[in-house]
Amino acid sequence: MTPVELTVNGREVHLQLDPRTSLLDALREHLKLTGTKKGCDHGQCGACTVIVEGRRINSCLTLAVMHDGEQVTTIEGLGTPEALHPMQKAFVVHDGYQCGYCTPGQICSAVSVLEEIKAGVPSHVTENLDRVAFSEDEVRERMSGNICRCAAYSNIIAAISDVAGESKA
Amino acid sequence: MKFDTPAGPNPIDKGRVIGIAHDRIDGPAKVTGTAAYAYERHDAAPNAAYGWIVGSAIAKGRIAAMDLTAAEASPGVLGIVTHANAGKLSKGNMNTAHLLGGPQIEHYEQALALVVADTFENARAAAALVRIDYAPEDGKFDLAAERLNGVIPPQGFGGPADTKAGDFDGAFAKAAVKVEQTYTTPDQSHAMMEPHASIAAWNGDKLTLWTSNQMIAWSVGDMAKTLGIPKENIRFVSPYIGGGFGSKLFLRADALLAALGARQVGRPVKVAIARPQIPNNTTHRPATIQRIRIGADKDGVIDAIAHEVWSGDLPGGGAETAAQQTRLLYRGENRMTAHRLVTLNLPEGNAMRAPGEAVGLLALEVAMDELAEACGVDPVELRIRNDVQFDPEAGPQRPFSSRKLVECLRAGADRFGWQRRNPKPGQVRDGRWLVGMGMASAFRNNLTEKSGARIGVDGSGKVIVETDMTDIGTGSYTIIAQTAAEMLGVDLDQVTVRLGDSRFPVSAGSGGQWGANSSTAGVYAAAMALRAKLAEKAGYAAEQAQFEDGLVRMGNQSQTLASLAGAQGLWAEDSMEYGDLDKKYAQATFGAHFCEVGVDMDTAEVRVRRMGGAFASGRILNPKSARSQVIGAMTMGVGAALMEALDVDTRFGFFVNHDMAEYQVPVHADIPHQDVLFVDELDDKSSPMKAKGVGELGICGAGAAVANAIYNATGIRLRDYPLTIDKLLKAQAA
Amino acid sequence: MKPFTYERANSVEAAAKAAASVQGARFIAGGTNLLDLMKLQIETPTHLIDVNRLGLDRIEKTEEGGLRIGALVRNTDLAADTTVRRDYGVLSRALVAGASGQLRNKATTAGNLLQRTRCPYFYDIRMPCNKRKPGSGCGALKGMSRSLAILGVSDACIAQHPSDMAVAMRLLDAQVETMGADGTKRAIPIADFHLLPGETPHKETVLNAGEIITSVTLPKPVAGTHVYRKVRDRASYAFALVSVAAIFGKDGTARFAFGGIGAKPWRTAEADAAASEGAKAVAQAALAGARTTEHNDFKRPLVERTLASLYRQQEARA
Repeated sequence: MTPVELTVNGREVHLQLDPRTSLLDALREHLKLTGTKKGCDHGQCGACTVIVEGRRINSCLTLAVMHDGEQVTTIEGLGTPEALHPMQKAFVVHDGYQCGYCTPGQICSAVSVLEEIKAGVPSHVTENLDRVAFSEDEVRERMSGNICRCAAYSNIIAAISDVAGESKA
Repeated sequence: MKFDTPAGPNPIDKGRVIGIAHDRIDGPAKVTGTAAYAYERHDAAPNAAYGWIVGSAIAKGRIAAMDLTAAEASPGVLGIVTHANAGKLSKGNMNTAHLLGGPQIEHYEQALALVVADTFENARAAAALVRIDYAPEDGKFDLAAERLNGVIPPQGFGGPADTKAGDFDGAFAKAAVKVEQTYTTPDQSHAMMEPHASIAAWNGDKLTLWTSNQMIAWSVGDMAKTLGIPKENIRFVSPYIGGGFGSKLFLRADALLAALGARQVGRPVKVAIARPQIPNNTTHRPATIQRIRIGADKDGVIDAIAHEVWSGDLPGGGAETAAQQTRLLYRGENRMTAHRLVTLNLPEGNAMRAPGEAVGLLALEVAMDELAEACGVDPVELRIRNDVQFDPEAGPQRPFSSRKLVECLRAGADRFGWQRRNPKPGQVRDGRWLVGMGMASAFRNNLTEKSGARIGVDGSGKVIVETDMTDIGTGSYTIIAQTAAEMLGVDLDQVTVRLGDSRFPVSAGSGGQWGANSSTAGVYAAAMALRAKLAEKAGYAAEQAQFEDGLVRMGNQSQTLASLAGAQGLWAEDSMEYGDLDKKYAQATFGAHFCEVGVDMDTAEVRVRRMGGAFASGRILNPKSARSQVIGAMTMGVGAALMEALDVDTRFGFFVNHDMAEYQVPVHADIPHQDVLFVDELDDKSSPMKAKGVGELGICGAGAAVANAIYNATGIRLRDYPLTIDKLLKAQAA
Repeated sequence: MKPFTYERANSVEAAAKAAASVQGARFIAGGTNLLDLMKLQIETPTHLIDVNRLGLDRIEKTEEGGLRIGALVRNTDLAADTTVRRDYGVLSRALVAGASGQLRNKATTAGNLLQRTRCPYFYDIRMPCNKRKPGSGCGALKGMSRSLAILGVSDACIAQHPSDMAVAMRLLDAQVETMGADGTKRAIPIADFHLLPGETPHKETVLNAGEIITSVTLPKPVAGTHVYRKVRDRASYAFALVSVAAIFGKDGTARFAFGGIGAKPWRTAEADAAASEGAKAVAQAALAGARTTEHNDFKRPLVERTLASLYRQQEARA
């Protein structure tokens, strides 16, 4: 067992973990923060997306011990049913989900995607590497690591555009 | 309540809550991660141990020897379930292969053991130490090679294996224009986001299972049968389901093994089927070979149509009923359909979203495109010319309950700008993209299933609905709440809906796109019973009582629901059953898909640029979630057209690409904005809701529209799905 | 996943030493590939040395006018670096063509070079695979090989190298800088870094036990139009069927490197030399010695088509 200290959603937690424990399982099984989902456990679906030290990552493909002392934000840290984060609210309004299982990962990703665009991080569809700007195609590309088999894609893009203040509607 | 005559005016027609676009009532729970799925019930089973499934390394044969010594000695191991210690197990009615194999092995990755340990990490590590020696046997894994050994399959949801009317051979021989082609579709995987998962806990001889299951009553029954215990001793709880698409219609290995593991180790056990195990351990949509022959006059009017289908499954399994739609979609006095089933020792084939039509239309609607071209008739017009308002196998005495295919074709074509399509292939370019448009009819049978609910009003006037109906993303929570709100005259936020618990009345469950219409009809029945009770308590004549604004009114008098319910509350339970309206009337849902693709002129990469459709599905209960169902299904159709295929290794007998990296489904970047129009329709012969299914209609024909658009863009006609770069390049070179 | 012990290294020297002294030790950086494989017991390290906090996360100019990229620089940061975007556009493009935003936020420069194949037979431990289990045979050769390599393959292995980044690195003549367990440093040209499978497909690089990658250096920028074209079955989040990294010079010269088709990132002098003759000639030169199966023979024409597409775009620009 290895001691691990994390700050999860602003709360400091101390855990004793088998080093094999993924960050995802530390959240779901040890901290009982089950909002973060296990869809594939192999970095192939994005359902486990959380924000660590300000960046979105797949929590399934990282060990909790590797994040000792770090800040983790999960879907539970973004908002609650009574006080939704604007992105959560937009997902409800635009029906940006169906079964709901990929949804926390989509939302964590979406929040980070808007930050990444602001920070000028290029993407595969960025025409000019020096000019990174919001567009629906940019969002589609950047969200592609979050699979939604119910395929609320069209609605998710609407929700993110809404939050970005770029809605066509 | 029995529904055996067409519905007259009823409280649903008010359309105050029903038919209005509502946000999902379960939305806030889902977007905040507070909706707890099966594996996440720390609240219900706080001390659950962890199970990990060991799957077979061979496709067919026997276990020669099994050595558990190392696994048992591994840290944290609490027990190991195998066929040798599980006790006598039967097989569920809905299962083809046994969920726990051994000593006989029926398919690759069939569960042969469950290792239970104190932690997830220990269970997974110990599972790798289970040593199994196999005595492999030869199996059959190649559908094309086995095709001639096909037999007539047993009858399932799709009706009889073979049908015929008139004289197909004679009429086809004489036809002025003929299309005769063979199409193939591959095995496909549901790839729902939540793996199959269950937590089992025993209390004496009573089993509780927190699970992810579309059909609660079926699966309780199959668990009872498999374990040999009374179903009264089993409770399933499945309030949130992370996608199903048919994969969770049945009891699966996670559920059975969790129950067996919990019994063996004497504490709750949780099991999820690991993602790389899912494609081979669970069910899949079977591959098909489809031969279509259409004979028409020079104007494209069909006189003869035949659709023959070959698919495979394990011994005792069923066929992929891909000719279903061809029985009802187009006119033609001379027709035949046939399904043949071959034995394959691949994993179990079974239902995936719109079994039958989803792949049947991938063939039929391309054949129609080929006919349109052969006749020089616009594809939309061709379909209009071949519309038929009655079951063409049975004749005019069996009309459709409602059929607005032509309206969908016209409205969809208008909205999409179909008139801008150049009918000559390979003519339109946009930069490096060859651009083409394609369309296809959408068709899916409408099934109705008995469904029950209980509904109550509490002392504060709030309404509660309980039914074992499930919400697999379909929006059941919301449409059931809308139905209750409409029936009892309260606002949506006054309704609480509880689903997915086998303690609640048995519903239709989620399958075959019958869920929305059938389950709300069940709520309608229960609500009618409650209205009668409330009216009686108020002293009003039930027929004259009006339910609105939380009040029961008659004339100038009114009483609140709250006062009538009293502190005890007032409950009623009923179910909706169906007579023979589905025999007297053909019942189906219709639509038209339109798609514009770009095909890279050099690399043959295909990208969907625009996609839209018009659909007629009876009353649309919640246009918001119904639209989502349709776009989701359209996307699955894009996947079927362009990328989805389980690759069969015919030497080892397994699906090679058994994870989400290698079995590719569409991602955000593949899907443009999708446009959905619902054509106004009420179907009074379907149910008192006057609704029909919509959850599967969207996949039916979507892939064919993509295929036809590729043809229009390039002039390349592919008939072997998925339509990937390698096939396009080969066809181009040929 | 087999049990392992875990330590966080405090210095490069200590990390290298620890790795050499513990049998079965592995470095872990981003973990996005290693943990994936450990869960399936394709990789079974007994000891993990976490190198994430060694400070190897800087991008600096070299005296020669090139760029030194720390081994731990994340894919996202490398792609977004202003110098890389301006002077090594092909690298930026290749990086963002790979994986997903989440994975790129973790995956590192060194880790990406060590990324292992996506061959499905490698990924299923019940199947024969000489790379995973030497001597067990190759399941892919007569199996499902649509995604696999056609260049540099052998009878023992037809696995493809999956990286996008490494293809651009190969194009740019990067050097891999390492430190050995005894503290010796060396710089390995990327052309020599990856090994072809031959009879020993389990040996994938020239790294010695304990040797740790400290940085990757790029020579002076190569002027011209930098492009990376990746062809795959879906629009994103998928490995390449074929990818081409290219720099087109103003004088009609060009250089090319290929992904998705090689046992390692593929580049030949002959292909570069054929640049002025167009896509067909370049493809022919690049594909010399190609060996295909019935499932992946489409990669031959696809290489040419992808090149044709790049030439077409290049002409449109000119």
